[in-house]
Amino acid sequence: MSTVLVLAEGREDGGEDRGEDRATCALLTLARRLGTPTVALAGKGDTRLLAEFGAATIYPLATPARSAAPGRTTAPAALSPVAARVAMLAELARRTQPAAILIASGRDGLEIAGRVAVRLDSGVLSDVIDVHDGPVAVQSVPGGSYLVESHVTRGIPILAVRTEHVAVRPAPVTPAVHPLRMRFPDSTYAVREITPRRRQLCTAAVIVAGGRGVGSRDAFDDLVERLAAALGGVAGGSHTATELGWCPRDARVDQLGTIVHPSLYLGLGVSGSLRHRAGMRDAATIVAIDRDPAAPIFQFADLGVVGDVHQVVPELLAEIERRRAQPVIRTREA
Amino acid sequence: MRIVVLVKQVPAGDTEFGPDLTVRRDGRAAGLNPGDSFAVDQALRIAVRRRDVRITAVTMGPGEAINSLRTALVLGADEGVHVKDAALHGSDALATSRVLAAAVRRLGFDLVLCGAASADSGMSAVPAMVAERLGVPALCFADALRVRERRVEIHRDDGRGELRVLVAAPPAVVSVTERCGEPRYPRFASRADSRDKPLSVWSLADLGIEPAEVGTRGAASVVRAVTPRQSGPVVVQGDPTSAAIRVADFLAERRFL
Ligand SMILES: Cc1cc2nc3c(=O)[nH]c(=O)nc-3n(C[C@H](O)[C@H](O)[C@H](O)COP(=O)(O)OP(=O)(O)OC[C@H]3O[C@@H](n4cnc5c(N)ncnc54)[C@H](O)[C@@H]3O)c2cc1C
Ligand SMILES: Nc1ncnc2c1ncn2[C@@H]1O[C@H](COP(=O)(O)O)[C@@H](O)[C@H]1O
Repeated sequence: MSTVLVLAEGREDGGEDRGEDRATCALLTLARRLGTPTVALAGKGDTRLLAEFGAATIYPLATPARSAAPGRTTAPAALSPVAARVAMLAELARRTQPAAILIASGRDGLEIAGRVAVRLDSGVLSDVIDVHDGPVAVQSVPGGSYLVESHVTRGIPILAVRTEHVAVRPAPVTPAVHPLRMRFPDSTYAVREITPRRRQLCTAAVIVAGGRGVGSRDAFDDLVERLAAALGGVAGGSHTATELGWCPRDARVDQLGTIVHPSLYLGLGVSGSLRHRAGMRDAATIVAIDRDPAAPIFQFADLGVVGDVHQVVPELLAEIERRRAQPVIRTREA
Repeated sequence: MRIVVLVKQVPAGDTEFGPDLTVRRDGRAAGLNPGDSFAVDQALRIAVRRRDVRITAVTMGPGEAINSLRTALVLGADEGVHVKDAALHGSDALATSRVLAAAVRRLGFDLVLCGAASADSGMSAVPAMVAERLGVPALCFADALRVRERRVEIHRDDGRGELRVLVAAPPAVVSVTERCGEPRYPRFASRADSRDKPLSVWSLADLGIEPAEVGTRGAASVVRAVTPRQSGPVVVQGDPTSAAIRVADFLAERRFL
């Protein structure tokens, strides 16, 4: 049976799990349908978990000797994670001649997939949510309004997978582990990462906004601020919430305050007035919790909950905490 | 400093497919990909801080795609290049990046700016693929961009509390998200001025690319079937605990938890 190369999304040293483990298990689940999974492991990864999901061969990156940055003699340079993974996949593709390469979609994953495709002159498919023998990939595009079935006709098929759509299933094996020693070219050091500053409303990926329905300044802190913190996001307010002094004026979301483009907007007691909508309508995903079933926000929210924010949000915070305390990789029957 | 902005013409409204399963582009209302107007605007913001900036907008697409260049010129780009060739119909991302990289190389560049995703197909892979072909670093999905003489810096919020700042030396490719700042509305004079700005049309031969390397013939991937999917808003009611679990499930499915 042919080899299928999987890029394991290893966590960074000491980093907390942000779903990388589940994403890797999803890739392995799909890879098993196409052949025998071989894993490229760049960061820290749990080999036991990889084995449980069928990784027959694992290539962990042997920590490269830290050389001086190109053109400098002092500080050692750090490998750029994306460039290092591209180089690893290209090298392992050469060695193992896989039937496909599977990469978890995401900002880094898409860059890796695109670069590897160019390097191997191989077709790349994005937004993959399922695969069948062939391999034929099912893609969800654009914005989920179509399902497209595609296959690659040149080179090694490179699939960028939206792993959240994959039900993971274990299939234990005893893996062979071969540390991968590589020399990285200077270009793998070209992108440096530096320490980020504070999160801001205008560039936030996740925004939790409070409206009149939140009711008070204290409730704003207890519900909006806490939920924003739990989701790694930024708190914002409707015109009313800022006028009433429940949150600072620079947190105001609308055309005169800040126009936002988050991946996730979560409105708490926000009716969705035209004014507010003009500031947040481009959010990729909109969730609304509001007491009034006739609130306009329910007409454009992806998920609406008719309920009292004072009751639903504390339950939601508790539920998030529960799930974080026991990160289980849920397996379902496909 | 030479800035090349890659701009794409996309159909207005929902994506529709033609009989050959490519996006229908002929005879439909279309306009500049909204994300790309942010890229043009970022180029202008760099230009106001320096005297020597020249901004070239490049598009690849059928005849009507020239309108995306006209919009870019109104927004403030200095000139436009339209890569147009009958053989390009049906190009995949590999072919698109090949053509765009060849055009950028021919122009010469210090910085290539792109949108983070196109509204019609939205793979978000083209900028990185162009960078790979040009052999330069890519800084993708910039939520904020700062450009200095020898340093390009982007800020990214990757969600789930992950903030990143990435730095590289030019020449580089940068793709920007719609969070990097609303494009300013062009001055009236800019609309009139734009008519005098140069627009060139290049063919594949001008770029030294064989027709068989691109388009349907050169595609490395093939679409076999397209099925529309209906998804509308979901509104739930119920006790607070089950409502909260429903929201948590929804967030987990979309990788926000
Ligand atoms: C539903 C659907 C699914 C598809 N799936 C695949 C697939 O899986 N694999 C594949 O190889 N092809 C696929 N294609 C074809 C692919 O989308 C096109 O080849 C397209 O040219 C690649 O760009 P994009 O619009 O997806 O680019 P993106 O990567 O989303 O575009 C990012 C930026 O690149 C620049 N850019 C992109 N295209 C152009 C252009 N023509 N001119 C100037 N600048 C541009 C713009 O700045 C843009 O904002 C698909 C097309 C459709 C309609
Ligand atoms: N306790 C509550 N829980 C949820 N929504 C509420 C609550 N109280 C008021 N609302 C809603 O809050 C919204 C206020 O919106 P706005 O007028 O935009 O501030 C209205 O849609 C109300 O129905």
